[in-house]
Amino acid sequence: MSSDQTLNQVNANNARGSEYSINVCVAAGCLSSGSDKVKESLDHEVREHELDHKCQVKGVGCLGLCSQGTLVAVEKQNVIYKQVTQTDAKEIVESLDKGPVERLKCDTDSPFFRRQTKIVLENSGIIDPEKIEDYLAADGYSGLTTALTEMSPHDIIDQISRSGLRGRGGAGYPTGLKWSTVAKAKLQSDGKKYVICNADEGDPGAFMDRSVLESDPFRVLEGMAIAAYATGATHGYIYVRAEYPLAVKRLRTAIRQAEKNGYLGNNILETTFSFRIDIRLGAGAFVCGEETALIASIEGKRGTPRPRPPYPAQSGLWGAPTLINNVETYANVPSIVRHGGEWFAKIGTEKSKGTKVFALAGRVRNTGLIEVPIGISLREVIYDIAGGIPDNKKFKAVQTGGPSGGCIPAEQLDMKVDYETLAQAGSIMGSGGMIVADETSCMVDVAKFFMEFCMTESCGKCVPCRVGTAQMYEILNKITTGHATMQDLDNLKELCAMVQSTSLCGLGQSSPNPVLSTLRYFPKEYEEHILHKKCPAGVCKMTAEISK
Amino acid sequence: MKAERPSDDKRWRLVDTTMRRHGHHPNSLIEVLHTVQESFGYLEEEALRYVAVSLRVPMSKVYGVATFYQFFSLKPQGKHTCVVCMGTACYIKGAQNLLNSVESKMKIKPGETTSDGELSLLTARCVGSCGLAPAVVIDNEVLGNVTEAKLSERIGRLVQNEL
Repeated sequence: MSSDQTLNQVNANNARGSEYSINVCVAAGCLSSGSDKVKESLDHEVREHELDHKCQVKGVGCLGLCSQGTLVAVEKQNVIYKQVTQTDAKEIVESLDKGPVERLKCDTDSPFFRRQTKIVLENSGIIDPEKIEDYLAADGYSGLTTALTEMSPHDIIDQISRSGLRGRGGAGYPTGLKWSTVAKAKLQSDGKKYVICNADEGDPGAFMDRSVLESDPFRVLEGMAIAAYATGATHGYIYVRAEYPLAVKRLRTAIRQAEKNGYLGNNILETTFSFRIDIRLGAGAFVCGEETALIASIEGKRGTPRPRPPYPAQSGLWGAPTLINNVETYANVPSIVRHGGEWFAKIGTEKSKGTKVFALAGRVRNTGLIEVPIGISLREVIYDIAGGIPDNKKFKAVQTGGPSGGCIPAEQLDMKVDYETLAQAGSIMGSGGMIVADETSCMVDVAKFFMEFCMTESCGKCVPCRVGTAQMYEILNKITTGHATMQDLDNLKELCAMVQSTSLCGLGQSSPNPVLSTLRYFPKEYEEHILHKKCPAGVCKMTAEISK
Repeated sequence: MKAERPSDDKRWRLVDTTMRRHGHHPNSLIEVLHTVQESFGYLEEEALRYVAVSLRVPMSKVYGVATFYQFFSLKPQGKHTCVVCMGTACYIKGAQNLLNSVESKMKIKPGETTSDGELSLLTARCVGSCGLAPAVVIDNEVLGNVTEAKLSERIGRLVQNEL
């Protein structure tokens, strides 16, 4: 079936159409609160009330406010219902021609909804992630169509460069520059180039990529196809965690439908451009988020990093020039091609353009997924959008960037969220996890938690990381049990500097960050543990006696 | 060279299909191990040898890969699995207490299976349900906002059903 035919069918469906559309979130968050059952009940009620001709019940991706699941949106009434259960289905269906059900209404006028700017998540919660027709109806694949029929690969890279888009995986490397390096890279004898999507979202506390893949998988496929056309690649891989079965399933469905509709495979949109995508499952190794380790894993080997250069752009998968970007980076591409680089560059700060998706978690009222312009202040995110700290507790720190990031204290809450400012504060943008800790969390314990993580996840290839993280963990363990001296603290600082400057890959180099940032902002907590054998937050169990 | 299937077990056909789909290429090792684990629940030594010969990869490499990745298990799992997420968000919201409560209730440590083979206790780095922290995955079903009481009741029901 050609794309025109598909489009016609969509229009026909809409025309036949449903006056009402009840959208039930079926992303992982709401699913675990039983949204599939809610959808069944709604379906049943619609049939019972003989409304099938004017009301459709649709499973959609993430609506954002995960803490209030199951979320249900009714398009025409313009409401979102929260904490919906099966028993509410009847009332919702019966309310369609009257007013919405007040008791279930979610305040969509709150900052959580109003303060967001959606590019990557524009279709999340609106389209059915398992139907390409829905994506097409939402202007999907128009970016790829424009790219293939009206633009040269050079034009596309030019637009991406102008947009100022930077890698959303954490390091923030300019995407346009990366693309043009791959486009210019010298080919090997087999003449192949590869495009890889890094969906090995390993940072604990980060679930943006998962949500994008579950809510709008076609968007990522379209971004990859545009990247392939721009760089001259013919084959792509998506490396996705095996821990995300729903994302894997939706990706497989999406690839199959895209192939069937001529958006993947040979002679895409009847042009000479051909591109196929395969899925590779990760197997639970955090280090595989590092690009050279990820490549080793796709090649079927142990996922250990190798020294760079050569960078994957020159010599990547099987030695061929390889483009690796993160899920969110690719998800930005269709919109940039559709609206132009300048449009994108208007959003954000001078050096960091566009929006960023953050996963809000920990001790805040509204946990869930948000997309905000880069440059927004941390205070706005935590107090306005996330609704502040519950239970009258006091804010202590926000952790960004996972095990490679740091903890930012209350004094710094007015800082802007962008790549440079976060780095200055001793943390990183990272992939977008934001975990808020209140006064009940002990910062030394948090540092120990991340060090334990890095120690276990160290691949063991280079000595500084393998041995250093274990030594640092031991010292932190001593501190949190009350056995440490001030000498240990000095040793810890020395080890941090050593591991940071001598490790082979990003995992090792950034592993001291949580320790360094907590040492910088919460030195008193360390001292309390060491000198007074006391944990101010009451988290650590001190086993040592106070010696007099 | 065609390797001989270790037994008549029909599940080997699934493994063969995956290998065929990848043209028995050595770089499909991880994909094939995924299929073995999906079909048999864990990676038996016999299975590793069969995969090694079929893909012409040295056994040492196969073993190296199988032990490198946390997702692969070399020991059989219990009939039910309980995965306590230890991601940052869950940790901050008390996942350690949940883990401790299961440990003391079932008398097993993470990575172990009860002696009757009913329940395996595992921990995860992050299951990506941070909005619902703390999260526990029981037999592939994600439970959010878990409390010790809720978890204890759930596991109790699970193990009791089998008696």
